[in-house]
Amino acid sequence: MKHLFTSLALGAAIVTAPLAATAESHSDLNYVLVSHAPDSDTWWNTIKNGIALAGEQVGVNVEYRNPPTGDLADMARIIQQAAASGPDGIITTLADFDVLQGPIKDAVDQGIDVIIMNTGTPEQAREVGALMYVGQPEYDAGFAAGQRAKGEGVTKFLCVNHAIQQPTVGERCRGYADGLGIDLGDAMMDSGTDPAEIKNKVLAYLSANPDVDGILTLGPVSADPTLAALEENGMAGSIHFGTFDLGEEIVKGIKAGTINWGIDQQPFLQAYMPVVILANWDRYGVLPGNNINSGPGFVTKDGLAKVEEFAGEYR
Amino acid sequence: MADTPPVDERIKEMAAFRTALIRPELGGMVGIVAVFVFFLLFAFDSGMFAAQGVMNWSVVSAQFMIIAVGACLLMIAGEFDLSVGSMIGFAGMMIAVFGVVLAWPMWMAIIITFVICISIGALNGFIVIRTGLPSFIVTLAFLFILRGFTIYIPQTIERKTIIGGIRDAAEGDWLGTIFGAKIFGAVFRWLGDAGVIAVFERGNRAGEPVVDGIPMLIVWALILVVFGHILLTRTRFGNWIFAAGGDAEAARNSGVPVNRVKILMFMFTAFCATVFATCQVMEFGSAGADRGLLKEFEAIIAVVIGGALLTGGYGSVIGAALGALIFGVVQQGLFFAGVESSLFRVFLGVILLGAVILNTYIRRMITGER
Repeated sequence: MKHLFTSLALGAAIVTAPLAATAESHSDLNYVLVSHAPDSDTWWNTIKNGIALAGEQVGVNVEYRNPPTGDLADMARIIQQAAASGPDGIITTLADFDVLQGPIKDAVDQGIDVIIMNTGTPEQAREVGALMYVGQPEYDAGFAAGQRAKGEGVTKFLCVNHAIQQPTVGERCRGYADGLGIDLGDAMMDSGTDPAEIKNKVLAYLSANPDVDGILTLGPVSADPTLAALEENGMAGSIHFGTFDLGEEIVKGIKAGTINWGIDQQPFLQAYMPVVILANWDRYGVLPGNNINSGPGFVTKDGLAKVEEFAGEYR
Repeated sequence: MADTPPVDERIKEMAAFRTALIRPELGGMVGIVAVFVFFLLFAFDSGMFAAQGVMNWSVVSAQFMIIAVGACLLMIAGEFDLSVGSMIGFAGMMIAVFGVVLAWPMWMAIIITFVICISIGALNGFIVIRTGLPSFIVTLAFLFILRGFTIYIPQTIERKTIIGGIRDAAEGDWLGTIFGAKIFGAVFRWLGDAGVIAVFERGNRAGEPVVDGIPMLIVWALILVVFGHILLTRTRFGNWIFAAGGDAEAARNSGVPVNRVKILMFMFTAFCATVFATCQVMEFGSAGADRGLLKEFEAIIAVVIGGALLTGGYGSVIGAALGALIFGVVQQGLFFAGVESSLFRVFLGVILLGAVILNTYIRRMITGER
């Protein structure tokens, strides 16, 4: 029994250590960013770095929160929790309007300023009473990608969707198909998020549909395994390959010519700008008059230096 | 000599204090005290113990409680259900498909969904009993099957993975109200007017309290906990549950209908998952393919924190409810305390390990096993 208590006491000491580390504060303004991304989605690291840098430069406290499994109902609880802790502002994605509108409206009515980032639309942001929307309109970005791919000779495509549960991400595939001017049909693949699974599904799809001449992936989660699949079946470089978002492997792929282009929605801006805007709004009452489109920007082989330097960190 | 009542030599005399204290729930009670002391120290002024904060972790705990009660009884009966999380997603989607896409009256959509889901629970149980396969494997299969349908069905008929509009479709429906309404609104309005709890500062609800009632989700959780506790400790069926999980063969030999007990417990677990799902879609107004991910493990974790034995035959519903409360308070409390959110799983693991070690000591004290 004595043993047990010593081990519990030791446990308590270990448990409290990270608390002490986060308790230091350097400002009276507190902002919370709530995302819909599961822990496994590495893309959001840029967002974490973005708000951390903004918090440091502007001199405010920032926190990042997300539902560990990506369950949007859990995300709604986190927004309610964030509102209950009384921050000066909440920056959140609007991954499902039905689920999140209630908690967000409640936070706004409680007197907390809200900025919608990344997912959602300017119209939805206005409807929930947010100050503004910072992000990349998904369908439009997909459409632009489709038009560009059409010019580059794509006639039949595969869209690898690793986030089938998020309708907004699927809009990219729809936009891409419409941009190409062909029907989406069953070209959108529910790939799951496991790299080995994605790779094998892509391999299987490409051998079953040899006439596919274009691939669109929706982020590093699906792009990295797809790259590996193309290296394996020898189609790397010959098949048209476009992807959303950037990451270390994607940048390598663009450099090697395997990936034709990456669509950068510049997540750094989606994290950095809201913090700066909220801080200036709370301090001086100034606010830009428009929503901010952080993307889309096509990143090709030319001008990769900065992207390469900061890939996965700020890009 | 003949005047003194004969002492039953099968019953061991125990001090009243000892019997009152040494019970399966003890670990959970110790945990609750520890967790609240911890957060009172580290998150007291963060709003965690204001009305809105209390409501936040209460609702999350109540969610865990609903699925933990089912998982607890099933685990005591000696079986697992890993399809709980997928069942939550599936049930929500069924309600959306029947109530919104097919536009049936909401009460009918809910009842049909309950029938379908409880039947799937019965099927789970039937396969386990008939094949003699571990329930771990059988329900793992249903974890994938149900999740697959939850994505496939809306994708096929609506070309998207989230179906919304449930709140509007359920407007004024009597059965929808039983799952989605909030009660004691007047009390909270009075508390808001009296300045005890905060009110909305702006918008169309300005002046109304930020907490406007107790959601039916919490009522359901309490009802299920009380029902489960009475069923387990006060009825013959409760003894059968213990017997079926302790030693199924011995139980069969002494006349316990083990198969029936186990199948009924699978059905009850499915019922709890459907209650969870119905409350969720009524509150949030949409069903999505992402709902309920990994909830089966959260239910099992709550049950284990509450002192139940993974191998069956031992446990308590009150313990499971306390486990759910610990889980909910820790999960939301870490946010209030401002802990880096990626550390959440570390805390979860530490608590789980600590609880299991503590519960093992307590169980040895109770059963006398070495």
